[in-house]
Amino acid sequence: MTTTDAAETRTDPASGRRAGVAVELRDLNRRFGEVRALDGFSLDLAPGELVTLLGPSGCGKTTALRALAGLEAVDSGTVVVGGRDLRGVPVRQRDMGMVFQSYSLFPNLTARDNVAFGLRVRGQDKAARRRRADELLELVELGGRGDRYPHQLSGGQQQRVALARALAPEPQVLLLDEPLSALDAKVRVALREQIRAVQTRLGTTTLFVTHDQEEALSISDRVGVMRDGRLEQIASPAELYARPATPFVAEFVGTMNHLPGTTTADGVEVLGRRLPVTTGRPAGAEVDVLLRPEALLVTPDPHGTGVVVATTFLGAVTRVHVRVGDTQRSGARPGGDGTTVLVDRPSAAVAGLGPGAGVTVEPAPDAQPLVA
Amino acid sequence: MAAVISDLGATTTAEPPAPARSRRRGGSAWARRLVLVIAGLYFLVPLYAAFRFAIGTSDGGVSGAVFAGIPAQDGFLDAITLTVRLAVIALVITLVLVVPTAVWVHLRMPRLRRVLEGVTLLPIVVPPVVLIIGVLEVAPPELKGTPDLLALVYVVLALPFAYRALDSGLQAIPLTTLVEASRSLGAGWGRTLVSVVLPNLRSALLAAVVLTVAMVFGEYTMASLDQYQTFPVWIVVFQQANARVSVAVSLLALLGTWALLWLISLVDRRRQSPEDT
Repeated sequence: MTTTDAAETRTDPASGRRAGVAVELRDLNRRFGEVRALDGFSLDLAPGELVTLLGPSGCGKTTALRALAGLEAVDSGTVVVGGRDLRGVPVRQRDMGMVFQSYSLFPNLTARDNVAFGLRVRGQDKAARRRRADELLELVELGGRGDRYPHQLSGGQQQRVALARALAPEPQVLLLDEPLSALDAKVRVALREQIRAVQTRLGTTTLFVTHDQEEALSISDRVGVMRDGRLEQIASPAELYARPATPFVAEFVGTMNHLPGTTTADGVEVLGRRLPVTTGRPAGAEVDVLLRPEALLVTPDPHGTGVVVATTFLGAVTRVHVRVGDTQRSGARPGGDGTTVLVDRPSAAVAGLGPGAGVTVEPAPDAQPLVA
Repeated sequence: MAAVISDLGATTTAEPPAPARSRRRGGSAWARRLVLVIAGLYFLVPLYAAFRFAIGTSDGGVSGAVFAGIPAQDGFLDAITLTVRLAVIALVITLVLVVPTAVWVHLRMPRLRRVLEGVTLLPIVVPPVVLIIGVLEVAPPELKGTPDLLALVYVVLALPFAYRALDSGLQAIPLTTLVEASRSLGAGWGRTLVSVVLPNLRSALLAAVVLTVAMVFGEYTMASLDQYQTFPVWIVVFQQANARVSVAVSLLALLGTWALLWLISLVDRRRQSPEDT
């Protein structure tokens, strides 16, 4: 899907207005004392696109979002939204809807009045405000709850009201600052899908910030992985997962095995198999080979070099923890000289792979390793 | 009256932890009741004695006429009017000074909170006699002859109460997030303060109002040294002429304060009770 094309066809059903503008963050710098929260940070969002900034805490992702919102000043750099340079434009004139991490609903107002707040500020008359607020509550599936106060709503419902409130004034850009992190797992999954559905429907350009990779991968057009105030890589979720540009990205997105390997003339040898990869190193060098759990195969083998330590049932797949490379075969002990390798197998095919079983682990023939 | 005021301060600040503690020590319920009874007697016996004294007549009978006759007493209305005026002036100035300051400090200079707390405590540490003599020494002549000077001094005295009430109110709400949400929705500072911050500080504001008013209605030292016959000064002066009426008025003043306090707790309770269905 090319997001630009998609945005052209998206219109706001409520207003008929075509939503979605391009956002351009260029070379942003922000220091907090010694810490560089943003270090030459640049990011482009196509109209109607949902881009997620993903990274560990302190990587600058929230600072980037707040800089776009105008809530955080930058030391240098430009923010351009819809062709308009926002330098010196205060928060309230930036026309951005924002959903916060913690519950930010106004406790003294009902859900409907919360949603209508931005419209009231813009001087809309009461009937129009009410109509629009109810429409948006309907959109987040909270129709009929308009008269409730925030404390009468669950955490998930509150965040849905917050989403409706942010969207009510038809903002140019929607900013989501870890809106799901205070919710429990089940609500989180349901709500992230709802956010994506609403965002797709309205076509509002959206910047989403999270430290949860699953969240980022599941709802984004593109995901930008941040580290130390810079973008490490920005790509579609599939590409990010399959072809991480750096070991940091690989480590942060999905699960990674670190295996000792040796470079060969045209690739790398790991777990007794040669895999083609460009390493940029002379043959025979000892390297760290990164492989996804699903890029490995495990077969029962009493004379194999590995021993199953544990299995974790994850639904469709089961993750098999295998101890390999211990010089003494007396079973898996922590502190041995080997490593523990994670291998994902279809749950239907893990017979004979119980703890203690001898196994052989090898990379799948089409595995794409990353060499560090 | 001073005792009543400090008591008010204690109940508003110490409220949250109290229920948790009593729930934990469910076993010694009788001990708590005993303390309550002793404390109750300590307060109620003098009040009852005052009440008996006020309604007593010279021939040993009982009559409530003394209460009905209060408004007609010499100087009473003047004293009340003056005190209400002082209370209103002091209240307005206090709130205009303290509300934006407290909000700003919480939002932008959280590190200054401690400093401000200390500064607002100064009026309590400095004895009222010292304060008023100092003020009378340095006050500009055009203020010296008017009761407005007294109102300004009361602003200083009200600061600790008003600031502390607001400070705890501000701590209880996610101020930064609420303000940022309001601003991102297009609201300016004024609207944010009026529509978002103040409504969520309702009980803290009410506490600040009641404490300030109660302070003005109870302050004796400064008013008498500045030679104005405010309500408490009038009570003391009038006592020499008619002790019964003076005591009856004191009792009414106490009831008035309690009514205000009750109002605060009522508003508080309505806010806190979750109406989940």
